[in-house]
Amino acid sequence: MTAPLLSVRDLSKHYTSRGTKLTILQGISFDIGKGEVVGLVGESGSGKTTIGRSVLRLVEPSAGSVRFDGTELTGLSSSEMRRARPRMQYIFQDPFASLSPRMTIGEILTEGLKIQGIGTSKERLERARKALEQVDLPGDAVNRYAHEFSGGQRQRIGIARALTLAPEFIVADEPVSALDVSIQAQVINLLRDLQQRLGLTMLFISHDLAVVEYICDRVIVLYLGRIMEIAPSAELYAQPQHPYTRALLSAIPSPDPDAPRDRQILKGDIPSPANPPSGCVFRTRCPSALPACGEIVPDLRETTLGHFKACIRDDLD
Amino acid sequence: MLARTPSRSPGPTARSLHRFLLNRAAVLGMGMIVPMVLLILSYPIWWSFRPNDIDLLAMNAGPTAKHWFGTDGVGRDIFARVMDGGRISLLVAITSTVISAIIGFLVGAVSALAGRWADAVTMRFVDLVMTLPPVIFLLVLASIAGTGIWPTVLVISLLSWPLLARMVRSRLLELRERDFVMAARGMGAGLPHLLFRHGLPNSVDILVVFATLQIANAILLEAGLSFLGLGIAPPAASWGNMLNAARSTAVLEQYPWQWLFPGGALVLAVLAINFIGDGLRDAFDPRAELN
Repeated sequence: MTAPLLSVRDLSKHYTSRGTKLTILQGISFDIGKGEVVGLVGESGSGKTTIGRSVLRLVEPSAGSVRFDGTELTGLSSSEMRRARPRMQYIFQDPFASLSPRMTIGEILTEGLKIQGIGTSKERLERARKALEQVDLPGDAVNRYAHEFSGGQRQRIGIARALTLAPEFIVADEPVSALDVSIQAQVINLLRDLQQRLGLTMLFISHDLAVVEYICDRVIVLYLGRIMEIAPSAELYAQPQHPYTRALLSAIPSPDPDAPRDRQILKGDIPSPANPPSGCVFRTRCPSALPACGEIVPDLRETTLGHFKACIRDDLD
Repeated sequence: MLARTPSRSPGPTARSLHRFLLNRAAVLGMGMIVPMVLLILSYPIWWSFRPNDIDLLAMNAGPTAKHWFGTDGVGRDIFARVMDGGRISLLVAITSTVISAIIGFLVGAVSALAGRWADAVTMRFVDLVMTLPPVIFLLVLASIAGTGIWPTVLVISLLSWPLLARMVRSRLLELRERDFVMAARGMGAGLPHLLFRHGLPNSVDILVVFATLQIANAILLEAGLSFLGLGIAPPAASWGNMLNAARSTAVLEQYPWQWLFPGGALVLAVLAINFIGDGLRDAFDPRAELN
């Protein structure tokens, strides 16, 4: 792989709430190559959204480095950051919260261009119409308000907004999980088409493993703010190495009722970030935990080419 | 159902306005305040007396065809004075409301958006202003600032903004975490953009309701200050100082028109504006969107 477009090293995020320190992210490191789609999966509360937002500095990381196309983002001043922002955009999960109720679609879609001072107001509107056509919506939607559109249409407007600034990198934060199942496929296919046509690089956050397998080249598995496993998606689904990934994959419903089932049901809930377990954070729910797991924080190490896992047990196959 | 053009549908403000027009009390309030304002603004054209003209042949005279509202102790026409007092009262009320709305919005906005330190400092300052006892604060300020229209405007403005600042702050704190504001930040929006493209449109309901209720409040404060001899000084007329001039027992009992008309005008104006304010509050209530 050539130099990655995005390179994250030792990213961490802490919050202090009434004297207790919450560790939301700890030691996150990964790369995303140009044109690559990387999935980020994990349970609710595992820190997926925080990673997505920290990478774009919508949330300030507590420590670590985020390099985008060779530029360190964490140290940029706010005006330097403003100039860098058009190259990286965010697609939000909830299409009902992500569009302002008091702006027309035209105002929403030209907002970024206006902030960046690109074009005259006529050119901006023309670009908004083009962006709407890219997401299969009629250009005259610019005069209407967000409340007049359905969830799927609103999500496409959200995608169009991210595209108006012609970004190279997009963080898609569970872009279909708030939509009806019947229109999820439509939006996913749209995203994939756009990604391929425009050569976008994407960090695709989801808890739906089937969607991730369909759209992503590589997958990062997250648990309680730590990376458990990183692997090319075909390999991850065929040969998961980390016990957590195995449990997640066994939870995918199968359309074939006669398929053999080897379900591993995880017991209990994800631990509190205020009081994470010692050693490996997954050990409290891990079916293969050993006493040693409570003492050693497992490193993320490469087991086969391009496949990383954070688990001390190599004898699990 | 109203006929609409399909290409352009009513925005949120148009829908609020539509709901406002369905509110009977609010429309009644409009029906009271609009004629009052028109009368007050146009009276010099069609009324033959000026507020400080003295009619020596009619001192303490009751309402007649010549002097509709009667005259006061030195023969000045009460109708002209009520109209002129209305001008001053409304001028004081509207300018002080605008000033306090601007101060309140900016302080609230800075507090919510400019970081934790700015928030702590401005909110403690708001607390400080709110703990000042209003009447004593008014009296002290008024005795420093003096009497007249602009000192009265200043005094009322400086007293009225903290409540709005708090409401705006809480609205913007909530707004700051909303996804569409996050999206604007993700496109590089700075503080002025967030404030005026997102903060202001999404606080317009708070501002409109504050403004109407504050106009009523300011009319009362002005009347109160003038009644105490600190607001608008005679011979200029205001509803408050007309009431002050009429407060002796003799006037109260024998010349009731001298306090009845300015008092009535005051009550009617405040009542009408309160009706309108209530109607606006209901019209902007987000829960009404569900109906």
